[in-house]
Amino acid sequence: MISVGEPDRFEALFDPKGILVAGVSSHPGKFGFVAAHNILRFDYRGDVWLLNRDGGEILGRECVSDVAQIPDGAVDLVFVCTPAAANPDLLRACAAKGVRAAFVASAGYVEAGEEGAAAQDELVALCDDLGILLAGPNGQGVVSTPSSLCAQIVAPYPPRGGIGVVSQSGNFVSSWLNYATHFGVGVSRAVSAGNSASLSVPDYLQYFAHDPETTVGLAYVESIPDGRSFAESVRSVTSHQPVVVVKGGTTGGGAKAAASHTGAMATDDTVFDGIARQIGLSRAQTIEEAYEAAAAFATLPLPTGPRVFVLSTAGGWGVITADAITSAPELELMPLPDDLRVELDARLPPRWSRNNPADLAGGETRDTVPELIDIVAGHPDVDAVLFVGLGIQANQASVERSGAFYPEHGLERIVEYHDRQDRRYADAAVTACEKHGKPVLVSTELAVTQPGNAGVARVRELGHMCFPSTISAVRALRHMVRYAKWSARREP
Amino acid sequence: MATQRSNRTLSEHESKQLLTSYGIPVVEEALAGDPDAASHRAEEVGFPVAVKLCGSGIAHKTERGLVRLGLGDSAAVRTAARDLLGAARPEDGEVSVLVSRMMRGSRELIAGVTRDPTFGPCVMLGIGGVLAEVIGDFVFRMTPVSRLDADEMAADLRMHALLGQFRGEPAVDSDALGAVLCGLGALGAERADVQAVDVNPLIVVDGRPVAVDALVELGAM
Repeated sequence: MISVGEPDRFEALFDPKGILVAGVSSHPGKFGFVAAHNILRFDYRGDVWLLNRDGGEILGRECVSDVAQIPDGAVDLVFVCTPAAANPDLLRACAAKGVRAAFVASAGYVEAGEEGAAAQDELVALCDDLGILLAGPNGQGVVSTPSSLCAQIVAPYPPRGGIGVVSQSGNFVSSWLNYATHFGVGVSRAVSAGNSASLSVPDYLQYFAHDPETTVGLAYVESIPDGRSFAESVRSVTSHQPVVVVKGGTTGGGAKAAASHTGAMATDDTVFDGIARQIGLSRAQTIEEAYEAAAAFATLPLPTGPRVFVLSTAGGWGVITADAITSAPELELMPLPDDLRVELDARLPPRWSRNNPADLAGGETRDTVPELIDIVAGHPDVDAVLFVGLGIQANQASVERSGAFYPEHGLERIVEYHDRQDRRYADAAVTACEKHGKPVLVSTELAVTQPGNAGVARVRELGHMCFPSTISAVRALRHMVRYAKWSARREP
Repeated sequence: MATQRSNRTLSEHESKQLLTSYGIPVVEEALAGDPDAASHRAEEVGFPVAVKLCGSGIAHKTERGLVRLGLGDSAAVRTAARDLLGAARPEDGEVSVLVSRMMRGSRELIAGVTRDPTFGPCVMLGIGGVLAEVIGDFVFRMTPVSRLDADEMAADLRMHALLGQFRGEPAVDSDALGAVLCGLGALGAERADVQAVDVNPLIVVDGRPVAVDALVELGAM
């Protein structure tokens, strides 16, 4: 386990001052080309050197044909796309130039059988000798938004944010970066652990926990060679920072063939589930759920209790949300406090629901919703707020704006008004969050069906998550409440 | 799995002695070698009693009909002891009867230890005693199990409300339940030869869990 002892070599991996791409190809279909393309395409802030055996020009850049041509100290990270057999010599030459970290994308290691396994062992030993931090091999790459670094052989490049991603499967890095690109809650670092020859998932999480750019870890884990050291390492991370994990392969390993009842009940799934609870690891069932939970952790203050208040502009939504809260063991659909009821009565017509969920019943005027969000979030009994009903007016506005009647018949003015109102609702939710230090979650399916909706777009502009359904918002809040409780109970 | 054949089990009485040494409360009981001794033991522990055939080779007593419950007097105990000793098979090894006090409690739990191939010794708590596998409400933690872990195990059960006040019985004493789970954790961590422990059922009597049956499986070292 590398852990916190060597942050400067992690710095070479995530914030290098210069990067060498080895094995660059002139063929746009090859990984060596794609890696160079993505690094240049997203304007990596440091120096970029391309290494190609035959020299020449690729992507308008002169390649070096030998590492010796690079000035000493010009690069500290090498992104390796060369064949496995060429890598030992390459890495020795790189070390001589001051390289301190390598991301090895090359295949042909442990995944390729016995010979590959031996090559991988040699690679690990060599990098140890050379003082090079080894990421991979057989990984898809590394992304680091503070350095505008997109050193990967896949897309996309996500917006900047606080989520630190690490995965045993490179494709799930892509999946999470896709969600980050869509929903806008961004990523600090992302790395595909590949074969985890030297660094495994907990090592990266350790780095994230001490990285000022990262506020939450997001991980996909399949095989865990040593459960104890995994658990202890992760526990030392979760005591600093939330970590959301998806664990693959928990259905295959069924109950042990055991004489005991306890053994029969101990499947990979039930044991991992209990241990996740024990070490404060937020386990999600799906990649979507994991992203949404991470996005919540990255953008919202932790709730200090389980009491949720629901503010909805229409009946059914509030009811469904209330149902989801009621059936969540972590959450409490709090009763409507008397003083809050008085405050709401004063601002709503008599037909409002007078309950939690507070259904405004279409009785709102221009300022009602922003005011109520602030009042509800500010109430001392409320630990978290769910606002349901963003974007309805802006949705109608988009229909009106795109039709033949626009801008006549007063449509121009009303469209502008609708959009402005929904932007105000988004502003109110985010402001209340910051002002009262409580999570205020906003959800609407428009986050998926109409990302350009004025309300949805405004939430995104403010760096917050617009959850795609009330169910997903409730699910994310459950993760937060559970983690907050776990942390609070273990404070020294 | 590979060691399955060479594993052996402790007798119920030996299993409970091991639990006792880790601070886990077990039902009051005594061994007897013949029907007369069984009757004396029954008078000592107090009627009604349960009488079971006990030996290190016996793992599935209920399935073999080797358990007699709710015996109210000496005559019934003598008859039961004679029948059970007569039902012993050669492969059961040395046998005796175990006379234990009948425990009254409407809530049955299950607890245990298992060795997970990835995470090592783990402790389990579940609802339902002998029905636990069907009910499917159980949680695991790896060892060591702290007192806080134990409380969270109980809280994580879907039916954790069952551990509160229930049908005139007091709520389950969380210190007492904590002692059981932490004790199992210590057992699992310290005794590398112990492959698995079943405490089943763990009956809640006046709010305190008591191990009524137990099975310890030893692995080949």
